[in-house]
Amino acid sequence: MKQIILAIALLATMGARAQSSKYVAAMQHNLQLLDSAKTTEDLAAVSQAFERIGDAEKTQWLPYYYAGLAQTRIGFADPKSDRDAIGQKANELAAKGEAIQKNAELCTIHNMASTIQMLVNPMERFKTFGIKAYTYLQEGYKLDPNNPRLYFLDGASTFGKPEYIGGGKEKAKPLFVKAAALFKAEKPADLYPHWGLAETERYLAKCN
Amino acid sequence: MHQKILTTILFLLLTTVALGQAQITGSVTDNKKQAIPGVSVALKDTYDGATTDSSGHFRIRTTEKGTFTVVASATGYETKIQTITLAGQPIQLDFALKEKISELNAVTVTAGSFGGGMGKKGLTVLSSLDVQTTAGANADISRAVNTLPGAQQISNQEGLFVRGGDSYEAKQFIDGSLVNRPYYLSASNIPSRGRYPATLFKGFAFSTGGYSALYGQALSSVLIMETIDLPQQSEANAFISPIQNSLGVQQLAKNGKSSFGFNYQYTNTSLYYALVKQTPDYFIRPRFHNADANFRIKTKNGIIKYYTTFSYNKLGVRTLNIDSADMKTAITLSNYNWFNAISWKENLGDGWKMTLSASYSITHDSISSQLQDAHNVPQYTFEKYWLDTVNFRLDRKESLVQGKAVIEKRFSNLNTIRFGSEYWYAQYDFVYNNINKHLPDQLSAGFAETEIYFTNSLVATLGIRAEYSSILQKAKVAPRASLAYRMGKGSTLSAAYGQFYQKPENTYLQITPSLDYTKATHYIINYQRQVRGTFLRVEAFYKQYANLVKTVPSYNNNGSGYAKGVELYFRDKTSFKHLDYSISYSYLDTKRDYLNYPTALMPGIAANHTATASVKRFFTQIGTGASLTYTFATGRPYYAIIPDSTGKAYYIKDQGKTNGYQTLDLSIYHLTRMGKAAAIWYASATNLLGRTNIAGYNYSYNGLVKQPILPPAQRTFFVGLILNWGIDRRQDAIDNL
Repeated sequence: MKQIILAIALLATMGARAQSSKYVAAMQHNLQLLDSAKTTEDLAAVSQAFERIGDAEKTQWLPYYYAGLAQTRIGFADPKSDRDAIGQKANELAAKGEAIQKNAELCTIHNMASTIQMLVNPMERFKTFGIKAYTYLQEGYKLDPNNPRLYFLDGASTFGKPEYIGGGKEKAKPLFVKAAALFKAEKPADLYPHWGLAETERYLAKCN
Repeated sequence: MHQKILTTILFLLLTTVALGQAQITGSVTDNKKQAIPGVSVALKDTYDGATTDSSGHFRIRTTEKGTFTVVASATGYETKIQTITLAGQPIQLDFALKEKISELNAVTVTAGSFGGGMGKKGLTVLSSLDVQTTAGANADISRAVNTLPGAQQISNQEGLFVRGGDSYEAKQFIDGSLVNRPYYLSASNIPSRGRYPATLFKGFAFSTGGYSALYGQALSSVLIMETIDLPQQSEANAFISPIQNSLGVQQLAKNGKSSFGFNYQYTNTSLYYALVKQTPDYFIRPRFHNADANFRIKTKNGIIKYYTTFSYNKLGVRTLNIDSADMKTAITLSNYNWFNAISWKENLGDGWKMTLSASYSITHDSISSQLQDAHNVPQYTFEKYWLDTVNFRLDRKESLVQGKAVIEKRFSNLNTIRFGSEYWYAQYDFVYNNINKHLPDQLSAGFAETEIYFTNSLVATLGIRAEYSSILQKAKVAPRASLAYRMGKGSTLSAAYGQFYQKPENTYLQITPSLDYTKATHYIINYQRQVRGTFLRVEAFYKQYANLVKTVPSYNNNGSGYAKGVELYFRDKTSFKHLDYSISYSYLDTKRDYLNYPTALMPGIAANHTATASVKRFFTQIGTGASLTYTFATGRPYYAIIPDSTGKAYYIKDQGKTNGYQTLDLSIYHLTRMGKAAAIWYASATNLLGRTNIAGYNYSYNGLVKQPILPPAQRTFFVGLILNWGIDRRQDAIDNL
C-alpha cells in the first residue's frame, strides 16, 4: 500500500514538475524571442504567445507581464502603430496579470501604456495620460519602493520632459543613479523581469 | 549561450519530439474575403497557437491529442471559435471574422459638424488649447471658431455668422443648457468678447447645419461646449496683463471624487487705450468684472457639474453723428449677467444613460444715448425727428429658466435610441423711454432620435423634434435625418437633412406677437478623410429659408431666401515635426428678402469667398510656440435702404461692396518656470500688415452721406503672463530621493 501511495506521489510530483518545466521552457523560449524580436510583427507574435501561456496557466502573472511588455515595445518603437490601441491592449494584459497578483512590475506596464497614449499628442494629453502614467509610478513605488525599473521609467519620463515643466537632465540624473544602484543589487528570480540596466546606463551617459 | 541552447533543446524536446506533432494550417479573412494579418489563433488551454502573417495565413504545430477549441481573435473583430479533434493528422482550418460594431470602429455622421475635443476617437479640430494658441483668436472661443469654414469674418460685430445666417441664428450651449447672452454687451460696430474662458471646456463641437433633434431654436448653427470633468490635480492660476488680471483656484478632494473652484477676473482698458490710440472717444473706458464658481461631483457611474458666472461691464463712447455737421452721439451702456447651469450625467447600466440639465440666467442691459454738441453738452431738438431719436434711455432685462432631460439606450450592436424633452421659460422686459413691454414665453419641446447601424460602415440617424411656443401659440414638428457611409479606412461620405425652426427675436415680437416661426431647411453632403494626423473635409450645402421676418410694410413672415456653398478644410499635425497647419476655405452664395429689404439681396453679413490659413510651430528646445494666422475675405455688400415718400415702402438709395477683409495675426508664447509656478509668457498682435479693413458704411437718415465703419484701432496688441501652481507631487518624489 505504502509503495502504491509513494508511486502515485512520485508520479504526481513528476507530472507537476513536467508541467512546470514545460512552463519554464516555454517562457524561456519566448523570452529569447522577445529579446531578439526586431519587427512589430515579431513583437506582436511573441506577445500573443505569452498571452496564450497566461490563458492556459491561469495562475501565472509573468506571461501577461511579458505579453504587455512586448506591446509597449511596439508602441515605443513603431511610430506607425496605433498607439491608442496598443496602450489599451497593454493595459488589458496588465489587468489580467493583476487579477492574479498586484505588483510593481505590472505597474510599470500600466505606466508605459499611458506614456504611449500620451505620445499621440503630448501637448494635449500631458494633463490626462501624462498624469495617469505618473499615478501608476506612484502606485508602483508603494508596492515596491526598491524596484529599479520604476526609477528608470521615472527618470526616462523626467528626462524627456522639458525643463519648464519640471523635467530635464539634472532632475532625471539622480533617478538614473538610484536606478543603476538598485539594478546592480537586483537578484531576480528565474523568469522574473531584469531588463533596464543597459538602458539606464545609456541615459546616464547622456546626463553627464 | 549554453543556457540558450539548452533551453531551446529542452523546449523542443518537451513540445515537439516527445510525442510527435500535428499541424493545423489555415487562413483568416474578413467578410469581404480580405486577409487579416496579426490575428491570434490559439488552441485553448494550451500554449500552442500562432499569429497570422501578412497574407492572413497561420500554422500551428502541436503535440496535443483530443478535442480542442481553436480561438481566433483580433482587435476590432468578433472572436470566433471552432472545435477540432487532434489525432496526429494535419488539419486545415479557416476563419472568417466579422468586424465588431464598436464605438472605436463604427462610422459616425460627419455632415455639418466639426467634432470638437469631445469624441473619444478622431482628430480634435478645435480643442481648448487651440483656442488659446490660435493667433488672432486672443483666447476668445468664437474668434477661434471663426477660423473654421462656414463662419464669416464680420469684424465689426461679435458672434458667429454661419453660412449667411445672422449671429442670433447661431446658438451656444454649455453642458446642454442654452447660453442666452454669450458675449459682453457691446456698442454698435465695436465687437466685444465672449464671456467664457476656453480653459473651462474640454472641447467644442461646432455644427454648421443639419444638427441633431436634441437641439432647436437655431436656424443656422449650434456651438456645443462641454465643461471639463474633475481636474487632475488641485491648482491655482493667475493671469497678469496690462488689460486683464485674474486669479483662480481649483481644489480636488483628497479622495479624487469631487472638486470645487472659483475665479475672479478684472479687465480695465484704461492703460491700454492710453498707449494704443483708439478712434472713438471713450468717456468711460470699458471695464469688466467677471466672477465664476463651480463644483463637480463624481457619482456612482456619472458626474454632476455646476457652473455659475456673474459679470458686469460698463463703457461710454462718443462718436460723430452722421446726421449733423458737428454733433456727437454719446452712448453709455452697462450690463450685468448671471448664468447658472447644472447637469447630471449618469450611466444607469445595461446601455441606459441619462442626462439632466437645468439653468437659470438673467441679463440686464442699461443703455442711454445722448445727442451732444462739439463741447459735449446735451442737445434736444424737436423739429429734426431723426436727430431727436438719438436721445433715449433703454432698459432691457431678459431671464431664462430651462430644464432638459435626455434618456439614451444603447444596444449591444451600437444601435441607439435617444429621447427627451425640454422646457424654457423666458421673460423679456423692455423699457424704452416711457414705453413698457413685457413678453413672457414658455417654450416646450419633445424630441426622439434613433441611430441605426446596418454595418460598421453604414449608419443612419432619424430624428424628430416638436416645439410649442406660448407667445406664438403655434407648434411645429421638425424632422431630421442623416446617413453616413465609410468608404475606406478613415474616409466617410455622409449626408444630412433637417428642418429648423426659430421664433423671431424679441425685438420683433415686442412690436407684434402675431408672428410665426422662421424656418430653414438644410441639405448637406460631406466627405471627410482622416488619416493619422491629417484631416480633410469637403462639404457642400443648400439652405432654404422660409417665413423670415419682414418689417415692411408691417411686421410679417413673408420673408424668404437661400444659401448655398462649398467648404474645404485641411489640417495636418504630423507631416512636419512640431508643425501644425490648417487651411480653410468657404464659398457662399446667399440672398435673403427679409427685414426692410425691398427685394432679395445678398445680406451684408455674407462674403462670397472666405479663406484662413493658420500655422503653429512649437520650438521644444527653447520652450516657445508661435502661431500665425492669415485671413482673407472678399467684400461684403452694403446698402442704404430708406423709406420712400409714402413711408410705407423702402428702396435702395445707394449700394456697393466693401474692399474685403485681410488680416495677418501673430501670437507667441514662451513656457518657463517662476519659482514654484509654471509660467507662460504670452504676446499677440493682430493685423500686422496694417490693412484698412472697412466693415461697411453708415448712412445718414436720408442716404446722402456715408461713412466707412472702421475698427476702433487698426491693430490690437496683447501681452500677458499666465502662472499656474499645480500641486505637483512629482517634485516631492524627486526631493525624497
